[in-house]
Amino acid sequence: MRKIWLIAATLVLVAPGSVAHAADDPTPVKSEDGKYLDKEGNPTFKVAPDGTVDWYTYSGYRRYHSECHVCHGPDGMGSTYAPALQDSLKTMSYADFMSVVASGRKNVNTAQESVMPAFGDNPNVACYMDDLYIYLRARAYNAVGRVRPAKREDKPEAYTEAEKSCMGAK
Amino acid sequence: MRKVLSAACLGAMATFAAGVASANDELIKMSQNPKDWVQPAGDYANTRYSKLNQINAANVGKLQVAWTFSTGVLRGHEGGPLIIGNMMYVHTPFPNKVYALDLSQDNKIVWKYEPKQDPNVIPVMCCDTVNRGVAYGDGKIFLHQADTTLVALDAKTGQVAWSVKNGDPGKGATGTSSPLVVKDKVLIGISGGEFGVQCHVTAYDLKTGKQAWRAFSEGPDDQIMVDPVNTTELGKPVGKDSSIKTWQGDQWKIGGGCTWGWLSYDPSLNLVYYGSGNPSTWNPKQRPGDNKWSMTVFARNPDTGMAKWVYQMTPHDEWDYDGVNEMILSDQNVNGQDRKLLTHFDRNGLAYTMDRATGELLVAEKYDPKVNWTSGVDMNKSSPTYGRPKVLDQFSTEKGGEDKNTKGICPAALGTKDQQPAAYSPDTQLFYVPTNHVCMDYEPFKVSYTAGQPYVGATLSMYPPQGESHMGNFIAWDNKTGKIVWSLPEQFSVWSGALATAGGVVFYGTLEGYLKAVDAKTGKELYKFKTPSGIIGNVTTYENGGRQYIAVLSGVGGWAGIGLAAGLTDPTAGLGAVGGYAALSNYTALGGNLTVFALPQ
Repeated sequence: MRKIWLIAATLVLVAPGSVAHAADDPTPVKSEDGKYLDKEGNPTFKVAPDGTVDWYTYSGYRRYHSECHVCHGPDGMGSTYAPALQDSLKTMSYADFMSVVASGRKNVNTAQESVMPAFGDNPNVACYMDDLYIYLRARAYNAVGRVRPAKREDKPEAYTEAEKSCMGAK
Repeated sequence: MRKVLSAACLGAMATFAAGVASANDELIKMSQNPKDWVQPAGDYANTRYSKLNQINAANVGKLQVAWTFSTGVLRGHEGGPLIIGNMMYVHTPFPNKVYALDLSQDNKIVWKYEPKQDPNVIPVMCCDTVNRGVAYGDGKIFLHQADTTLVALDAKTGQVAWSVKNGDPGKGATGTSSPLVVKDKVLIGISGGEFGVQCHVTAYDLKTGKQAWRAFSEGPDDQIMVDPVNTTELGKPVGKDSSIKTWQGDQWKIGGGCTWGWLSYDPSLNLVYYGSGNPSTWNPKQRPGDNKWSMTVFARNPDTGMAKWVYQMTPHDEWDYDGVNEMILSDQNVNGQDRKLLTHFDRNGLAYTMDRATGELLVAEKYDPKVNWTSGVDMNKSSPTYGRPKVLDQFSTEKGGEDKNTKGICPAALGTKDQQPAAYSPDTQLFYVPTNHVCMDYEPFKVSYTAGQPYVGATLSMYPPQGESHMGNFIAWDNKTGKIVWSLPEQFSVWSGALATAGGVVFYGTLEGYLKAVDAKTGKELYKFKTPSGIIGNVTTYENGGRQYIAVLSGVGGWAGIGLAAGLTDPTAGLGAVGGYAALSNYTALGGNLTVFALPQ
């Protein structure tokens, strides 16, 4: 957990307010232990022609609908008061995403009171930031629909190990 | 714990010293004047019934908007205003403003209260920044703010008489519910079931705000204020350690059982009634046992806090079926016998009729035929599982286990009914119930607890029952037979509190924003008007200057605004069906308005 938080914090320092590339290309160019990366080295989704999704996209779907949907609505579609992340991820960079999830964000004025809490200390979120990013990036590109992915790749062994150490022995 | 106990003792001493105040005599008298609406539910019995009959089934079709008021706040507006004489008290969601309007002076704002609250409380509220309204007693208006501050305001001036902190928002405790004034105390519950809060109902001294007693929903006997011998469930003593022996280790300390629903009171029995919410987490595998007393109806003595009887409706919850919905008290004749009844429409899809003096279970029936997780409650008094619902394996997320997606459970987590209160008319002896008609897939998985962070542990998706496209019904219910008398399909969940009147008309609001009036006997629609935003508020009536008015808050949001804003999908129908169900966002947008109706002069 602590490790993840530190990575997120580092990203904030390195890339404050960085803007997503207009020519963002989510095509995976390589895979590391079941996690796919685009040519920039950012995590990305992979959906096979038969609809099979990578493990991270599937895991992100589950984690999103546990931790995030109570504000951001089902399937990243937004609610009456929180933004639709399927739209936000069209322009938001990986670094910004990590920083907002870890540190939170506030937009309180006379017209609205939007407060995103900091999840850096919450292992249920912090241990799954890449999963969430990859799932929502897939939603932003409409690579997965509004339903639970029907088929998925197996849970990578390295993932299981990392998850265990991140979530602690609980 | 010890601190709590000694505070309770001090509170009891203070009561004796001051003598028994009569705030409830004043309230009972005031609530008998149908021109006023002095309590959130109209009366102590939570009937939401008014004797006013100027507006009736014959003329309600001519209803017009008399006046409107913008609250200046967006997001979900639950609850409704109080009306006392010429004054109307209107509350808002966070930042929890209160307006006092003078109805005799063109609804001029006499005073306005706006607390300064740390906006960090906003994301700790599970389902929008709702507040269910203020209470009146002893010349004061009581408000439970989002940050759990219970504040007493002078009803004439809005000046703060006292304020007290009821919980720690840093640990996920928040305030959304409405207080109840009983005798010399004001009682209040607390929210935070999705954050592992050990929830409670607390009584504060009406004059000073000093804590009199606090009764937790789970924990050792002294914390839950249950007597092993004298507190009963279904007629039997609950026994020693009735709560902690149904939890693994110390899990009760983060056990939820929150108390964010409505309280009611029977002065003749001197008992207050309320329900407790879901046990934390939503992953049932992680908390073995019955998890008492979550999901429970409590009957407590308001002077001492001690429980007279309890009844756990959903032992070891596996679906988030909070038991917080209102308890409606009625005196009815059952099989030739006059009975003091308590009727409760639970999230789990069962409507319970109980004897409120003894806690005897009389009726437990499904009030939506689609409810499928249970085959019903064991009503055999000699059975070892008497009073327990029989859970079907197919829809048991406990049986399915972690990382297994259990499909097609009805109702969904938001229940066949949520907090939106039903109404009872003594004229028809029917209950008018706003309901949800939604099912779900539910996949529990392991989560770890961090104070102040969500502690959920389940993924779920919701959709209308198979083969149907409407997501709500407004029903009339017979609590003696446990049967639906009539049912009106609604496109969206009905998330607005109902109002029954002596005019033979029943009112409710819809998520698209309609205020609707229907015939109390037949359910026939008699009038509808689309207000500026979706309605999750409760309909209220009052009389001023010889005219009867109907008032309702608009302002879409709450839990309904989360799941339904984008429209629901049917995961069983595949990608082709996406968008097949209506999105609420195509019908209404955020708002915050009070709309008041009357007949043309």
